[in-house]
Amino acid sequence: MLKFIGMRLLHTVPILFGVSLLVFALVHMVPGNPLDILLPADAPKEVIERLKAEYGFDQPLYVQYLSWLGRVLAGDLGTSVFTGQKVAGDLFSALNNTLAIALPAAVLGFTLGIALGVVTGLHQGGWIDRVFSVLSIFGVSVPHFWLAIVLVAIFSVGLGMLPAAGMAGDGGWPTSLEDVSYLVLPVISLSLIPIGIISRLVRSTVLEVTGQEFAGALKAKGLRRRRILLHILKNAAPPALALMGLQFGYLLGGSILVETVYNWPGAGQLMNLAIFRRDIPVLQATVLILSLLFVLINLLVDVLQALIDPRMRR
Amino acid sequence: MSTPVASTAISPRPDRGGPMQPLLNVEGLRKHFRLKRGLLGGGGAVVRAVDDISFSVSKGHTLGIVGESGCGKSTTARLLMHLIEPDAGTVVFDGDPVGGPRGVSLRELRRQMQMVFQDSYASLNPRAQIADIIAFPARIHGLGARDARDRAAGLLEQVGLRPGQFARRYPHELSGGQRQRVNIARALVLSPRLLILDEAVSALDKSVEAQVLNLLADLKQQLSLSYIFISHDLNVVRHVSDRVLVMYLGQVVESGDTRSIFRTPRHPYTRALLSAVPTTDPERRTAVAPLTGDPPNPINPPDGCRFHTRCAFAEAVCRKLMPRMASADSGAGDHLVACHMANAGSGHSQAGSAGGMSA
Amino acid sequence: MEMAETNTQATRREPDVELVKTYWRSVGERLLRDRVTVGVALILAVMVSASLLAPWLAPHDPMAGSVANRLKPVGTTGHLLGTDETGRDMLSRILYGGRLSLLCGLTPVILATLIGGFIGVIAGVAGGVVNALLMRLMDVLYAFPSVLLAVAICGVLGAGITNTILSLTIVFVPPIVRITESLTTQVRNLDFVEAARAAGASHLELIRFQVIANILGPLFVYATSLVSISIILASGLSFLGLGVVPPAAEWGLMLNALRQAIWVDPVLAALPGVAILVTSMCFNLLSDGLRTAMDTRLKA
Repeated sequence: MLKFIGMRLLHTVPILFGVSLLVFALVHMVPGNPLDILLPADAPKEVIERLKAEYGFDQPLYVQYLSWLGRVLAGDLGTSVFTGQKVAGDLFSALNNTLAIALPAAVLGFTLGIALGVVTGLHQGGWIDRVFSVLSIFGVSVPHFWLAIVLVAIFSVGLGMLPAAGMAGDGGWPTSLEDVSYLVLPVISLSLIPIGIISRLVRSTVLEVTGQEFAGALKAKGLRRRRILLHILKNAAPPALALMGLQFGYLLGGSILVETVYNWPGAGQLMNLAIFRRDIPVLQATVLILSLLFVLINLLVDVLQALIDPRMRR
Repeated sequence: MSTPVASTAISPRPDRGGPMQPLLNVEGLRKHFRLKRGLLGGGGAVVRAVDDISFSVSKGHTLGIVGESGCGKSTTARLLMHLIEPDAGTVVFDGDPVGGPRGVSLRELRRQMQMVFQDSYASLNPRAQIADIIAFPARIHGLGARDARDRAAGLLEQVGLRPGQFARRYPHELSGGQRQRVNIARALVLSPRLLILDEAVSALDKSVEAQVLNLLADLKQQLSLSYIFISHDLNVVRHVSDRVLVMYLGQVVESGDTRSIFRTPRHPYTRALLSAVPTTDPERRTAVAPLTGDPPNPINPPDGCRFHTRCAFAEAVCRKLMPRMASADSGAGDHLVACHMANAGSGHSQAGSAGGMSA
Repeated sequence: MEMAETNTQATRREPDVELVKTYWRSVGERLLRDRVTVGVALILAVMVSASLLAPWLAPHDPMAGSVANRLKPVGTTGHLLGTDETGRDMLSRILYGGRLSLLCGLTPVILATLIGGFIGVIAGVAGGVVNALLMRLMDVLYAFPSVLLAVAICGVLGAGITNTILSLTIVFVPPIVRITESLTTQVRNLDFVEAARAAGASHLELIRFQVIANILGPLFVYATSLVSISIILASGLSFLGLGVVPPAAEWGLMLNALRQAIWVDPVLAALPGVAILVTSMCFNLLSDGLRTAMDTRLKA
């Protein structure tokens, strides 16, 4: 097991290296010089040169990359060209806000997805199965930013039950019921896709397991329903877990659309803001940290899976 | 030639060295597979799939290769076809070395040497029609579409399948025997001179097997082919082969004239194999114990004689020294065996006497 | 009569059907019997032709608005689906919007299938170092959540149709490469490919005659399942202001423009999203139907 984890960690290193390279390259995909966007077209030449030297843009690319990487590894994510402040502070509070909706959405998606998958799988062909199969197709097909708008239309505009956008207080994790009320709609919007995807996967796993002979044998042995259910869950959990890990990563990175609708000050919105302000260091740092998280989550899921299912240890 | 050959691109190649020159001569063929050892590589174990084997095939003859599964029979076939690259060894086809600046090209070798695979279904493209499958080798060797189809139809006829009925079918619509006939037809489309049959009839029912064997015998006559017949079925090998090669763990342990091998097997392994073949003749029963256990792992073959872990006659010398192929002096002069008991000076207590223990 | 190997020799089941029927024809017949898939295909056909024929079908100029006609509700005479925040006819804009939305949704998948399919087949056939190199490269792209990657690329390159298509193509190439590579590797190890090699076929001939025919079906099914995601992502980019630029009609963009109208007329505000939802759902169902009909498992 330790060997497996070690191998898996070793495998992650070149990927992280590639990610850093790509994120760095992102800046240089910008047409022209990254500074051109910031400076007025008639800026004096000396000012341009001074800023270039200050930001290191006059160095060869690999030097720029190495010094950037060195700073990142030392914990310095750069300075916003818009606010002139360190990126890290803004980024981590935004990330915290994103986690506040992404984590509940992931938990909801995982549990509801498994529950729905098991129920529909056990009642294959019945009306429950049909209804939820249609719903799960809806879940995997719905544009979640549109769903967010629809939810606002129903619960805020129509029923006036929940706030339409924003967050109470200064953000972060909810401390009062009012805080929670701001979370409800974003969390539901985010969780629908994982629910749809996971329930579909679990349903097919359940069908596979119940179709196998040993499930019949368990039944024949007079095993109680609950025990059989437990057995099914044990089989369905590892693939669902792997999928959830992936989905959680997507929630972190993909929350940008939902955050925009709800005006939620998370990492997605920070990124959006950075794009429109042409604030490249902020964009760069956000993409780097989010993809880093994504890689780490996948690593964690792999290890968890290997813990549950020894066959995965290859 | 009953099949009209439409183009010189695939017309039969003339004999070159005369009937006495072997069609195929293999010297020191070797293939070791290195097992992967994760990310860092290196230090991995080595499977000695084929370890230094030599043999030759005479023109118009059938060479049988026998042995248990995992002994390297199929790897040998694939090495000969250059489907996998050998680590070492030379292959000489009708006097010409294969590869190298002056030898025959791989493409030319594959024109003259073809192979029929064991799994009749897996070896046919499931998305292609029978006629196209047979025509494919001819097409890639430059025959026009129409000519290739005509030739495929002729070959279907020749392997006993009516073209009108089978040409446009898909592999899954054929029976196992029919599919193997298609495989044979495909192998013949380039007018090869040597056919490698890798367990070609092993997966078939006994009655179908007999039909296909008869077909192979007829084709050999009509097209003056030579065969390398790989099988684990000793009765079939005895029936079709002129010479036999016995393989054990990637090495040849005994080779010789079929009659000589079956009458006077000299290697304990061969004897054990033969004793496992049921016979109705009480005179020919043997007291040699049949083989027990599985062959040792080819990843770490034992030192000395590779058979010593299962050999009833194993002695100290067998564990230390690997026996070399040497003349087995009895009967035909080209009966070779790799056993210390057959070598008078080997130091084995039964050296020289083993010949007396006829099976 | 045989030795130790006997019991490992599986006797192959003889086929019980003796019908001469091509693979694709039987797939087609199975598809036609699947009512959901047929229905979904019809809806998609209608949607595609409606947006292609938008200039003839649209009752109004999709760009012409009037201040007096702002935010008319659904069902208004003369404006069947109402008007948007600048008084432009919604029905006409949704019809025209379909052109850009479908273009931005379909093109990346088609491009990615061509590019990714090419890379995947190369990696699969070549194997060894080439394979390892290409696949590790894909792993790096895989390390980005798809929305993040699309947004980042579009954000850096700037808004516009070309950049939307480019960024989504980059997003979809890695998964296509992965699936093609694994399919190709599967096919490559089958005996019939080895038989073709034994016949002297070059890499190119192997790919053309043996590999392609056997991976096309599963690859096609996979690509159709990506279309749904692609349409959502493309409209999402426009929604963020990173895709199609105003005043062009595009569903995601319309959704964004009508965001404030949600307090006035929620139905109207949600309308463009219905078009996205229906399209994406249809492609998902179509993909499911194709998968069932083709039984994408390789027969071997």
